[in-house]
Parts: sequence; C-alpha cells; structure tokens
Amino acid sequence: MTLHPFAMEFLQVGLVVGLAPGFAGWIKVLKCRLQGRAAPGIIQPYRDIRRLFSKDVVLAENASWIFRFTPYLVFGVTVMIGGIIPLISVELPLASTADVIALVMLFGIIRFFTALAGMDIGTAFGGMGSSREMTISSLAEPAMLMAVFAVSLASNSTSLTQMVSVMTQTDFSIRPSLAFALAAFILIALAETGRIPVDNPATHLELTMIHEAMLLEYSGRHLALIEWAGMMKLVLFFGLGIAAFCPWGISPSGDPGRLALAFVLLAAKLLLGGAIMVLIETCLAKMRIFRLPDYLGSAFLLATLGMIAFFILE
Amino acid sequence: MVVSPLNLAVFSVLLPLTLACMAPLAHRWRTIQISLSFSLLALASLVAVIAGALTVGEGTVATAILSLGLPGLPFHLRLDPLAGFFLVVIGLMGLCASIYSLGYMQGYGKQHSLTRMVVFYALFLAGMFLVALADDAYFFLVAWELMAASSYFLVMYEDDLAANRAAAFLYLLIAHVGAIAILLAFGVIAGQSGQEGFAGYTFAAMRGSHLSSGWAAAAFFLAFFGFAAKAGVIPLHVWLPEAHPVAPSNVSALMSGVMLKTSIYGICRFAFDFIKIFPWWWGVIVLAFGLVSAVMGVLYALMQHDLKRLLAYHSVENIGIILIGLGLAMIFTSFHLPALAALALIAALYHTLNHAMFKGLLFMGAGAVLHATHERNMEEMGGLIHRMPWTAALFLIGCVSISALPPFNGFVSEWLTFQAFLLSPALPQPLLQLLIPLGAALLALTGALAAACFVKVYGVTFLGQWRGHQRPTQIHEVNWPMRLGMLLAALSCFCLGVMPTLVISWLDTIPAQLCGTHVAESASQFGWMWLTPISENRASYSAPLVLLGILAVVAVTWLLLHGRQSQIRRLPIWDCGFAKLTPRMQYTATSFAMPIRRVLGFLFAVREQITLIYPLNHPANPERIQYRLRVRDRFWNWLYQPQSVAAYWVGRQFGKLQHGQIRVYLLYSFLTLLVLLVFLG
Repeated sequence: MTLHPFAMEFLQVGLVVGLAPGFAGWIKVLKCRLQGRAAPGIIQPYRDIRRLFSKDVVLAENASWIFRFTPYLVFGVTVMIGGIIPLISVELPLASTADVIALVMLFGIIRFFTALAGMDIGTAFGGMGSSREMTISSLAEPAMLMAVFAVSLASNSTSLTQMVSVMTQTDFSIRPSLAFALAAFILIALAETGRIPVDNPATHLELTMIHEAMLLEYSGRHLALIEWAGMMKLVLFFGLGIAAFCPWGISPSGDPGRLALAFVLLAAKLLLGGAIMVLIETCLAKMRIFRLPDYLGSAFLLATLGMIAFFILE
Repeated sequence: MVVSPLNLAVFSVLLPLTLACMAPLAHRWRTIQISLSFSLLALASLVAVIAGALTVGEGTVATAILSLGLPGLPFHLRLDPLAGFFLVVIGLMGLCASIYSLGYMQGYGKQHSLTRMVVFYALFLAGMFLVALADDAYFFLVAWELMAASSYFLVMYEDDLAANRAAAFLYLLIAHVGAIAILLAFGVIAGQSGQEGFAGYTFAAMRGSHLSSGWAAAAFFLAFFGFAAKAGVIPLHVWLPEAHPVAPSNVSALMSGVMLKTSIYGICRFAFDFIKIFPWWWGVIVLAFGLVSAVMGVLYALMQHDLKRLLAYHSVENIGIILIGLGLAMIFTSFHLPALAALALIAALYHTLNHAMFKGLLFMGAGAVLHATHERNMEEMGGLIHRMPWTAALFLIGCVSISALPPFNGFVSEWLTFQAFLLSPALPQPLLQLLIPLGAALLALTGALAAACFVKVYGVTFLGQWRGHQRPTQIHEVNWPMRLGMLLAALSCFCLGVMPTLVISWLDTIPAQLCGTHVAESASQFGWMWLTPISENRASYSAPLVLLGILAVVAVTWLLLHGRQSQIRRLPIWDCGFAKLTPRMQYTATSFAMPIRRVLGFLFAVREQITLIYPLNHPANPERIQYRLRVRDRFWNWLYQPQSVAAYWVGRQFGKLQHGQIRVYLLYSFLTLLVLLVFLG
C-alpha cells in the first residue's frame, strides 16, 4: 500500500501548520531552561494563538486594505511554501511548482507585504522596522542565493526534490563546498528568521526591534495569523536546510513505513536543530545593526568559498 | 491589397505620420484634438502589436523596398521575428500610453500647446516603429534621429522652466554623441563588406559581410557605445534621471518603457545578426556593463525622493538586467552552445517586454499622482491609498512586478536569467565558470534592493498619513481613460507573469532566427502550466499553481475566520501616552534609505550636514536642528564635470581670437591663405 501523492501533500501541509507552534514551544522551553527561568510548557504557543483568535481586532483609523490583507497573504504564502519544500517525501505534487530560487522569492513576498503593512499606519516604529528589515534582507539575499547555488552545483539542479534525490542516492562523502554553504546558510537563516544575533524575537524595546516593530499595530486574529506564519517560517527554514544539506530519511515514495520513518527522522532533526539554535541564541548577544553588514558579508564570503571549493576540489 | 503583417506595420507608421501633418488643423478644438488623435494613435499601436505578434508567432520574414530615399540606396523595410517582437513591445506600451494620454492631456492648461504634444508624440511613435522596421543603415539613422529629435521636443514640453530646457539639452547632446558612434559602426561594417557604393549599407549586405576580428570588434563596440548612450547604461546614464522626470508622464512612460529598448534591439541586431561570430570577451564586457548598471542603478534609485527621478534610475537598473541576459547569450554563443544562448536570449527579451510593461505602468501611476497632488517629491505625500484607491492598487501591481516577486512578470524573467547564470559550468573556461555565478549574486542584490526601494516608494507615497501642505481632501482619483491605460498595463504584467510558457513558445522563433535553436520544446513539455526551461529535473516553476495555491489558502483562512460574527474596532493610533502623533513623525523616504546609505555610502558622493541653531547663545538648549543631505552621482564629478570644464576652457581660448577689429580678422584671413598656399603648393 502506498499513499497517494495528494494525500502526502495534505499530510505534510497539515504537519507544518499543526506542529509549527509546538516547535516554537520547544525552543521557548529549551531557552528558558538554559537561561535558568521557569518554562511555560511546549503547548503555550497554541494557547497564545487560540487566545488571539478569540479576541476582537482593533485597527487604527487610517489602516488601509493592505494592512488587513497582509496577514492572510502572509499565512497563505507560508502554507504554500510548506507544501513545496520536501519535508517527509519527495513525491509531492506541489514540489515542482517552485524551485529554490522561486522559494527565496516567495519568502520575499512575505517580507514585502509585511514591510508595507509596517508603513501603513504611519508611525515611526513601523517605518523603522520596515526600513531595517528590507536593508538586512537585501544584504542577506545574495548570500542566500550563493549558498543555494553552491548546493545546486553538486546536483546540477535548483529543484529541491532533485537535490534531495541526488544526495540520498549517492554515497555519502564529505564535500567541502557543502560545508561552507551550510555555514553560510546557518548565518543567513538566523538573519532571515529574525533570531539572535540579528534580531531578538522576544524584545519590544524600541531601539532593538526589527521584525516586531512592523507588527506592533496588529491585534486579534490578524496578529494570530502573522505569529503562526512566523512559527511556520522557522520550521520551513529548518526544512529548507534539512532538504539541502541533510536530506537522509526523506522518503522517496509513498510507502507508509518509509513515511513514518521520515517523520521520526524529521522530528529528531528539528529537535536537534532547535537545540543548536537555542545554544547559539543563549551564547551570543544581539549585534548592533550597523555591524550586520560584516556578519552578512562573512556569510556571503563563506557561500562564495563553497562555490570556489566546488570548482577547485570537486 | 493583401493584408500581410508588413502592410499592417506600414499602416501603423503611416497613420501617426499623417496625424502629425493633420493635427495642427484642429488646434482650435482641444477636446476633439485630444480624443481623436490619441484614439488614432492607440489604433496604430494596436495594429503594430498585431503585425508584430503575427510575425513572431509564425516566424516569417517579409521585406519591401520603398521608392523613397537616396539614389542608389532606397529605403529598405524588413519585418522579421526580432523586429516583430520590438513592434509588439513598442505597440503594447504605445497602446496603454495613448489611452492614458486621452485623460492625462486634459490636465494641461492653455499655456501648453496641445498641437505640439500631438505632433511630436505621433512622430516619436512612428520613429520607434521605423527603427524596428528599417533594413538599411541610412533609413535606420533617419528613423533613429526622428525618434531622438521628437523625444527632445517632448522632454521640452513644459519649457517654461529652465531646468527642463537644461535636461532636454543634455539628453540631445548624449543622444547625438551616441548616434555618431552608431553611424561610424555602420560605416565600419559597410566599408569592410566589399560592396561598391551604397550597396554595402543595406542590412542584407551587412549580414553577409565577413569582418576581420579587429574590424568586427571596432564595429561592435562603436555600436555598443552608441546604443548604451541611448539606453542609459552606466556611465552614460546621466541624461536619464534628468530628462525622464521633466517630460510629461505619458511621454516618460514611453521613453523609459520603450525608447530605451530600441537600443537593446540595436545591440541584438549587431551582435547576433550582422557579426554573428565573436570572441567570448565581448559577452563578458556586455555582462560587466550590465551588472554595474543594475547594481548602481538601483542604489542611486534608493537615494532619490523625487518619484519620477527614482523610476528613471530604475530604468538604468533594468536595462542592466537585460544586458546581463544579452551578455550571457553572447558568451554562450561564442562557445558554440546555442541551446544555452537561446535561453539567455529569451530571458533578456522577456525582461525587455516585462520592463516595458511595468515601468510604463509605474510612470503612468507617478503621472496620476502628479496629476492629483501636483507634487513629485515623495516626502510631501502619504496616505494616497485612501484618496486614490484605483491608482494605488494598480501602482502596487507595478511595484510587485518590478521587485521580481512571483507570480508577476518581473519574477519570470529574473528567474530565467538566474537559470542562465547557473548554466555556466557548461563553459569550457574555468575562470568564467567561477566568475559568472558571482554575477548572479549581484543580480540577487539588485533584486533585493529593488524590493527595498519599492517598499519605500509605495510605503511613503501611498501608505501612512498625508505629509503635504495642501488639504488631502482636495486630492481626487484620476479620470477613467488614465485608469484604463494603467489597467491595461497591469493586466499585461499579470498575464506575462502567469502564462510564461505560452509567451516563451511564442517568442521561440527569435532564438531560432538568431541562435539556430529552440527552447520551447523543453520549456513547455508538461503543458502550459509548467515552465521547465532546460529539463524537468533541472528547474521548474508553475506560476498558475503558485497563484492558485496561495489564493486558495487565503480564501479558506478568510472564510474560516469570518464564519462567526466578530467586530473590528477602529481607534486612533496608540501614541504611547505622549503628545499627539503628527504626520511629520513618520518615517520619510530619506530615513527609510538611511541604513543602506550608511552601509553602501562609499559608492555615492554623500554630504551630510547637521547644524544646531541656538538663539540663547548656549549650545545646551538648541531651538532647532537643521539637517541637510546631498547625495550626488559620482560619475558626474568623475567623467562629465572635467569634460564640460575642458570644453568651456577650450571655447574660451578660441574666444580670445575674437577682437571685433576688422584689421585683425583680415590678418587671420591672410595667414590662412598663406598656410593653405604653402600646403597645397
């Protein structure tokens, strides 16, 4: 018995949507433990989302339709990306609707509209957040694509399913190009998902906010959608990293046994990856915003080194 | 008479030319003049689109020889797929801009002559069509000059301001320096073609010529210089941010969206049609100019706060992206990889069409804003989405398209360009294999900076609160013809973005003509929904499914959340309990770009000045703080300032010869005579 590809598609989207708050909770709990605080429990993000959904929306008087439409669009695009990245199986019908470059640009839609929403009310915070977010992303995007290119050279393809298949079907070997690209990818993923040392998701201090500053005016179900999408985005960046650098376990077919194994391995990788991220976040302090070009520049350099390593060594 | 594409194309040239002659007769009746002439121009453009689309679709070549022209060199016309494609580009934007003009020109008062606009607009359109149709060097240059001269008068349209006259002069100057280079390039090819007399000046002879490598390089780079001057490739871009903002917006849409593309046409003709065989470093040079233009163009754009000037700098950026595609196509061609060259060429041409549509849309939108607010400075705008909902929605489509976000059209062509970049491992040169992907990083930087720039444009202009001095209630949505013109452009952006496979199979005759291969078979092997430029395993993109997927999730979420009755409360903005928030506290365009200015500021000539004004003569309690910022184009100081100073100095030195004394002048004549006698004797 094998699962129909469409069933797998729904399964994966359901997993991403359903388990993303749990993953956020896991990170929160670990972080609290490491920092010697009492943890709220893994299901706290679910409670937060439910509470936000049950609340009324308060809108500023001059909010336009862009402000109201953005949460839905952000949620929609994130769920769509959740259907594209191969997390449990490569046989997803939607997986070939977008390759890695298109995926990066899909994340770009989310950023573009969030930044617009940040400027919609016309407060200084929103503009500040939008300006900083767009600056960071424009410096991060070249590095991101270079890292992706370094990986795609090995499999001769920018399609994620093809990358996964090539890597899982060939013998394991340590590739210097992938090592450099992975290092670059980690640096960029921290920047793109707004984690320490680039941005602090827990802060509401005006001078240090980046991502949160754009969302300050949101409330009720709008905020719930955006927060939820943010949690999914974190999972999806991990998923992107797993598919590109550590895809072993992703099922090549719809066999239920392989799928179950794939799910267990995915969960293990996510839990481990989350723990590493918590370690990074606990050990480092947030950077000054004008030191970020150096940070993202080194990410770019690492990705370029990965590419050079491919041409010279492999 | 048989209706063939060439006949249709000739009709679309003759109609504007006739109109240009007849329009002065109707100068008394302004409304009739506007509606009749611009409807006819829209018709001419539509006919051109049909003619071009048929030619490209069928891949036919039609030629004709007119009985006009020089003795020994009559005017040659030729409509092949490449020319047909540019007819479509020009015609499509011409259609949108002409419909838009129906409404836009009503905003001008009696002090501006309408006849002048109609005549030069019609000549401009006809000139651009003829550039694509001409098949000999003489006719090409006549058309080229018709286009340049008529657009000069259009830039000068509001000639009561000295700044506009200066900008138009700069434009004319650089256009003519470029035209001389193109003329010389034609001369080089014709001189080497081995034909007697004028026969070498037909394009047919140029196609058959076999140039030695040195002469070929001379011809190509002269032509490249000439076309680059017209296209605004950095460092020849200085006229563009001056001339495009001061022209009326319907004209800026045509100039920026379409006129620049005629130089892309010229470069394609020279490289792929006339010369055909060239070394790889030509492609590398084109690619390098493309990359520099793309990155510098978008960075300069980010620093602007004049809406139309900003858009003009973005044209520099997009011409750069097109040149990147062309450069890659040339590199692949020189290594005899026609399939890869075809893909890169398709990427470049697709971006040409896309840029025409979204840049035209954005300029028309900027014109609508200008029309409603009488303001070009973004720092004096804000919150226009409430007053001008149509313009705001259509302008947003333009912003999303130019920022290369799926599922709109800018993304498709940038994605194809990225795919072309990633084919570099197929090249036999290790150095190129390594360096070309770095260009892809610069393209990624360009795309991301463009997105940042358009968040700034849209956020400052249309979102937030009104910053200007007049009351925002005086601002009204623009009239229907203007909306219709923008709507057509926005629809094209959408369709070009969602149906790339159909567009590529339509475009396929051009690489078949120029590179000798097809891409459509592999690009559309899975039907029109899937774009697979090389193979399914290499990369795939399905715009319709991405769009449908996102829309489905958005719809489901919306329905689920609106199932129960819930209230939205509208309240004043939370001001943290301090004094009331004012619109002046918003982020401005200047402050939005500040982090990027700080990070990449070394590329500009930035001068920041902060002055404290303290009337009590004590620095501890300043009354006001003055902030002055000046960001200038470094190229002006490096390249143009010395030249203009030198030209002035030389002029002054020659001026010393003038005394106004007749005896001295007689002496000059005598000396000249002596010198001539010595040399000739």
